Amino acid sequence: MNPHNKSIDELKQIASQVRRDIVRMVHAVNSGHPGGSLGCTDYFVSLYFRVMNYKPSPFNMDGEGEDLFFLSNGHISPVWYSVLARAGFFEVSELATFRKINSRLQGHPATEEGLPGIRVASGSLGQGLSVAVGAAQTKKLNNDNNLVYVLMGDGELGEGQVWEAAMYAAHNKVDNLIATVDRNYQQIDGGTEEVLALGDLRAKFEAFGWHVLEADGNNFETLLPALEDAKRATGNGKPVIILMNTEMGFGVDFMMGSHKWHGVAPNDEQLEIALQQLAVEKASDY
Amino acid sequence: MKEYTFSEKKDTRSGFGAGLLELGRTNENVVALCADLIGSLKMDAFKKEFPERFFQVGIAEANMMGLAAGMTIGGKIPFTGTFANFSTGRVYDQIRQSIAYSGKNVKICASHAGLTLGEDGATHQILEDVGMMKMLPHMTVINPCDFNQTKAATIAIAEHEGPVYLRFGRPAVPNFTPADQKFEIGKAVMLNEGTDVTIIATGHLVWKAIEAGHKLAEKGINAEVINIHTIKPLDDEAILKSVGKTKCVVTAEEHQMNGGLGDSVAQLLGRQLPAPLEMVAVNDSFGESGTPDQLMEKYGLSTENIVAAAERVMSRK
Repeated sequence: MNPHNKSIDELKQIASQVRRDIVRMVHAVNSGHPGGSLGCTDYFVSLYFRVMNYKPSPFNMDGEGEDLFFLSNGHISPVWYSVLARAGFFEVSELATFRKINSRLQGHPATEEGLPGIRVASGSLGQGLSVAVGAAQTKKLNNDNNLVYVLMGDGELGEGQVWEAAMYAAHNKVDNLIATVDRNYQQIDGGTEEVLALGDLRAKFEAFGWHVLEADGNNFETLLPALEDAKRATGNGKPVIILMNTEMGFGVDFMMGSHKWHGVAPNDEQLEIALQQLAVEKASDY
Repeated sequence: MKEYTFSEKKDTRSGFGAGLLELGRTNENVVALCADLIGSLKMDAFKKEFPERFFQVGIAEANMMGLAAGMTIGGKIPFTGTFANFSTGRVYDQIRQSIAYSGKNVKICASHAGLTLGEDGATHQILEDVGMMKMLPHMTVINPCDFNQTKAATIAIAEHEGPVYLRFGRPAVPNFTPADQKFEIGKAVMLNEGTDVTIIATGHLVWKAIEAGHKLAEKGINAEVINIHTIKPLDDEAILKSVGKTKCVVTAEEHQMNGGLGDSVAQLLGRQLPAPLEMVAVNDSFGESGTPDQLMEKYGLSTENIVAAAERVMSRK
């Protein structure tokens, strides 16, 4: 059972508030990664406010009896931190400490400082799928029927470890796992197909033995049904993956569709424009 | 010099296999992963008796480290098994981020460490693994000396919360540690009390240190011989106490000088008790093919090398 279980209209409001948090957080420290964070906001909001079964407090590292979420592309920490705070893992006011000294909100997610909601450090790419598969196997050993979710970036699929884990999960029928690829076709040096072409990801994952779904990651009307489809696809002997098309920078027009906002913060003027575009009925900025 | 006897020579990797099997029977949270080296790691018995808790990963060590990190979430205690080379250098970033920095309770069990791997040559003879592992915050580094101690260490690390690197090897070496000796992580084992020189050894060099102690005794030199099975955390107290008495020290290990036990001892003494120190270790070189004995001799890791180092270091007092 999701502790919030919001309607689509409510999810849209939450997503706008989260996007406001993201641009304000990266602006405040003039660093961080707004592009992928904005693109994946609707996915995170869907998981934490509608789809996943979990208890935000007290946070339990072992997560027995709960769905687990892992973020492999840790650089989009702003969206995760905002969603965790607004879902009740810690105070929203703590978002103001992002990337600052003595903060639990490290540049990339970490367990070292004990931030509730984080179960493994990520940032060095390509490691999250392996961790998620391991956690899913422990759930099976423990007869825990809950699911494990993991998000990866598409550029991250250049890391060989991802494909090691993909082979392993299919070979071992790890079917209590829902992986998602943020398919925004962008990475730091340019388009994914230009830097190192990923090609037909559906065909690749199918050839690896996965159940593959596709979704529009910036539209709750289609994303929520896709996540429900993914849940229904679990338990059938195959790991499940959603190729989720998103637009980097979604919600802020001048950030959309370009790799240039992968790891760049807006200046004062750009922040004001962004916040105007991310209006919500009752803003509750930290 | 105290006499040590042994009934047989056994490989330390078999001590790991025996310890792992016992853990399987006594701790249901223990799971084991292996990257296509079940026979070499002596994990066959665990696999046979506990197939549901054994995970064949294939030749994919990076994935194995990530899987192990993930398996801890929910209370499992994963033991990974592969060669020391593939347990460290190949997967350093995975261990650093997903295990050490994340504080995961993974036991990285590494066989075929050092020159005594033998004929396979330098591609597989890692001599840098202790250095890499001891540099990682939160990591405990253990290098036991014989079958019995490796078995006891394997069992002990399951009770220790946090990541551990357990290093052992391929050759059969004298099995002299009493089977009932309790393994205490971070506690030095005093093998012979002496007054003239301290010999601190780890792993396969411990038996050679005992042999060196006898040879030195024949020359009228009373050596203190200490087995440091835990390189991190180092038993500072035992080392300072011994060197405070003997005023000089020899370290001995099957590893590079850079980053090994001797390096840790030198740091400790440099900070707290400067004293002449000689290191019996590989000096900034890769290994090569050969028999273990030939290699240990060629690269300066023999009993005679320890004896010579002891005489050298005593002359520097």
